[in-house]
Amino acid sequence: MDHDALSPTEISREITRDPRHIPLGLLDEEYGSIMEVLGRIPTDLELAMYSVMWSEHCSYKSSRVHLGRLPTTAPHVLVGPGENAGVIDAGEGIAVALRIESHNHPSFIEPYQGAATGVGGILRDIFTMGARPIALMDPLFLGPLDDAHCRYLLDGIVRGVGGYGNSVGVPTVGGQITFDPCYRGNPLVNVFCLGLLPVERLVLGQASGIGNLCVLLGSRTGRDGIGGVSVLASAGFNEESDGAKRPSVQVGDPYEEKRLIEACLELLDASLVVGIQDLGGAGLACATSETAARGGLGMEVNVLAIPRREPGMTPVEVMTSESQERMLAIIEPSSLDEVLRVCARWEVEATVIARVTEVDESGVGHLVITEGEDGPVLCDVPAKSLADEAPLYRRPLAEPANYRSGLIDTTVETLRSTSYSEDLVAMLLDPSWIYSQYDHELFVNTILGPGEADATLLRLAGPGVAANGRSLALSSDANPAWCAIDPRLGTALTVAESALNVASVGATPKALVNCLNFGNPTHPEVMWQLSESIDGMAEACRALDLPVVGGNVSLYNESQGRDIDPTPTVAVVGLTGTLRRRPPARAWQEGDALVVLGTWSRTLAGSRWAREIHGVRSGALPSIDLELHARLCALVATLVAEECSDAVAPELVHGLHSIADGGIGIALAEMAIAANIGCVVDGVNDHHELFSESVSRIVVATPRAEELLARATAAGVPGIVIGEATGGRLLVEGVIDVDVDRLHEAFTGRISSALGETVAH
Amino acid sequence: MTARIAIISFPGSNCEYDVAEALGALGAECTIVFHDATELGGVDGVVIPGGFAHGDYLRCGAIARFSPIMSAVTDFANAGGAVLGICNGFQVLTEAGLLPGALQRNAGLRFLCEPAVLEVASSNSNLTAKCARGDRVVLPINHGEGNYYCDAATLAELEENDQVVLRYLHNPNGSVSNIAGVSNRRGNVVGLMPHPERAAAALATSTDGRVLLDSFLSWALTNAASPTMIGA
Repeated sequence: MDHDALSPTEISREITRDPRHIPLGLLDEEYGSIMEVLGRIPTDLELAMYSVMWSEHCSYKSSRVHLGRLPTTAPHVLVGPGENAGVIDAGEGIAVALRIESHNHPSFIEPYQGAATGVGGILRDIFTMGARPIALMDPLFLGPLDDAHCRYLLDGIVRGVGGYGNSVGVPTVGGQITFDPCYRGNPLVNVFCLGLLPVERLVLGQASGIGNLCVLLGSRTGRDGIGGVSVLASAGFNEESDGAKRPSVQVGDPYEEKRLIEACLELLDASLVVGIQDLGGAGLACATSETAARGGLGMEVNVLAIPRREPGMTPVEVMTSESQERMLAIIEPSSLDEVLRVCARWEVEATVIARVTEVDESGVGHLVITEGEDGPVLCDVPAKSLADEAPLYRRPLAEPANYRSGLIDTTVETLRSTSYSEDLVAMLLDPSWIYSQYDHELFVNTILGPGEADATLLRLAGPGVAANGRSLALSSDANPAWCAIDPRLGTALTVAESALNVASVGATPKALVNCLNFGNPTHPEVMWQLSESIDGMAEACRALDLPVVGGNVSLYNESQGRDIDPTPTVAVVGLTGTLRRRPPARAWQEGDALVVLGTWSRTLAGSRWAREIHGVRSGALPSIDLELHARLCALVATLVAEECSDAVAPELVHGLHSIADGGIGIALAEMAIAANIGCVVDGVNDHHELFSESVSRIVVATPRAEELLARATAAGVPGIVIGEATGGRLLVEGVIDVDVDRLHEAFTGRISSALGETVAH
Repeated sequence: MTARIAIISFPGSNCEYDVAEALGALGAECTIVFHDATELGGVDGVVIPGGFAHGDYLRCGAIARFSPIMSAVTDFANAGGAVLGICNGFQVLTEAGLLPGALQRNAGLRFLCEPAVLEVASSNSNLTAKCARGDRVVLPINHGEGNYYCDAATLAELEENDQVVLRYLHNPNGSVSNIAGVSNRRGNVVGLMPHPERAAAALATSTDGRVLLDSFLSWALTNAASPTMIGA
């Protein structure tokens, strides 16, 4: 190849002469940078590989300058952001790997396969680290249920998550559902996965050892998913092109993935691999360049060795295909026979496709792709230039024009309804229609499952990790309506809510992962939202001692030119001590006093009530005192831990429910429904206090209110008694009076009746 | 005496560890036997656990019945050994012809993971020998194809021979006659859709599965397969 550097004039002449980069989604200046890096005109294969590796999805080119502001370290963090998953030390030789990702764009084009392959992809990120996946969660965001297309998407997405997760043998133990018109043309499917591993099995995705072999494991490579990261995930939607994008969606095979998981974990247990990397977005282009770049070496790939699903595929198609259920293992040549034997036992195809090579005289590791063992060279580029040297954009930021006027708008405080009871009934929504379609109990780890408490509580155990009495708490949370009003404070409130949810099952929050779903980054308002949101997250995480150990950024969530509300989803993981009994759940007992611990608030800004009942989305969100919130989380975690870990349960807490969207009203209704016991409340004076969404508080049902309040005072947390659990009606004096049976009926039937299904029993 | 139990694992099975844990906690010694084995070894009972054997492709259990280990399981069952199929294991046993009937897609055409209240319909089986007819237990279900079907003549035969082991109190999936589990005529082969091993751990919502699994282990020990008949 010709290595004489091109002059700037030659580069710009080439850009106009043959604009091959346009259909690949590359900008003129990006094409120019590629020619500068190579000093020549790239081959078709090289250009295709840069286009996927430098896509927004793979390179985080718009968000990276902001992500650096997040706190990422703590003594228990073993692996932070940048690897396939974050890993924390859970003690006793056990590590926890966690990650969250989005599969938004594919799920809109093809809901079942889009959601299913979202699950498949996140699982591979976890077992790539050497961890056995033991739990999934799926935060979903869709348009309203009265829209037929949104119902179709909900049905397909839920079937896809269940169809893949159930079959692959990993339980889906939690999630959340948000319905809002902003997701009508761009639903969000976020998927979180957590895995466990013995600390010593931790592996990183890097190619080391010159002469080592790269073995491609799993499915054959097909034409599915070509350009998924660039054509699909890095552009918005408009009606004309949506149908044409369907071939960019991959098709999942959970049975292949199940065998791949078992084969990979067996290879890792037997120390047969030196590095391993999943194939996700950008397929082999990504896996080969990233492993070589991380190992600081080169790699030589024989593109003809790659097993294909169909004849006639071009090298470009083979290298950029996003066919699912594939892994790249780097092994020593002496291990090859044993690797092939393990794979054969699990009926997993394994083929040597490349070898690790040394760096050139200037220390650069090259990714070389040849057509045949000694065939023509189709690609020869510095591996790092693909993996790490995508352009970084410091895109313009602009505060939206209506931001400040929205904050000072007090319309929301003037809203009234004729019946707050009817409002409450209309706001109830039981997500069990979703989670009952997911296996949420596999591995018999589930102590508190979906719908039972504010967080899911799992034993810290799994195949290969014996139960030790301790447990893991998980909560995934997002509140785009808060973030639309004030992305910085809204994101801080979201983090705070998630931490309190984890504390409410007796756990200490240990780590957070995020999935930042935003609109089009070329809109300065969107970049401002992203930047503000990251600052809010950083503030809250610092105050609550929560390291961010991983994340995902999904941009271009827009349709018909309208960006979605900023939707930072967070998932917080916490750990408990040894449990002797089940923690108190989201319920109460007859005669319990109802205490609200934490702050009090009256503002209705950002509330679900204002939005769903009156369509008002403005005003200043409830503020938060993060130091007080940290004290509240610690107090709640301690109170609950005493209930389930002390030799004799103090029985000071019978039940509890954190207050978030829907305010105290929804919290009381959900507790009443779960207990099938009503309440009489005289400490909530009006609809402001009932529906306000300050997150720094929790309802606790206790038989001994004075003792509980004394504990709160000693911990520096305010608290008041608001009423008593009793009878068969939910009664908030002067505001709400409704039968618990009626609440129950409205709660359970909402999704199934919207879908025209009769409730089976 | 310790019951030795073989738990069969096909590619795609996923409840084998859970069954081993639950039976282990009740004192059994469990071995996970991969589907490519041809012998069970000296065991007192066999469990085919839940999951998606061979991906449940073609039809649930349809490919699994051809796995090499299934000849040994069939011989063991025919010799009177205790065999229990849970969920996908039940589907495999019906496909293998060791139990009557078939499992179809749930009536609502949706996968269901939720608790089910069951009534013991017969104590004449390895799973329910320690229960009384009419006892109620709460066990989780977790299936998309748990809708038990058999024709009217088979149903009459099942009733007459006391082969209906468990019935749903509130039928979740459209099963004929609310059937959640059945046995063969001798009661040594049992299949059920609900998961007793998910109602056995220390902090589980229900621990009703223990009495059933304990019953299976005792039955396996006292009704050993006749060795002369194995492989006959």
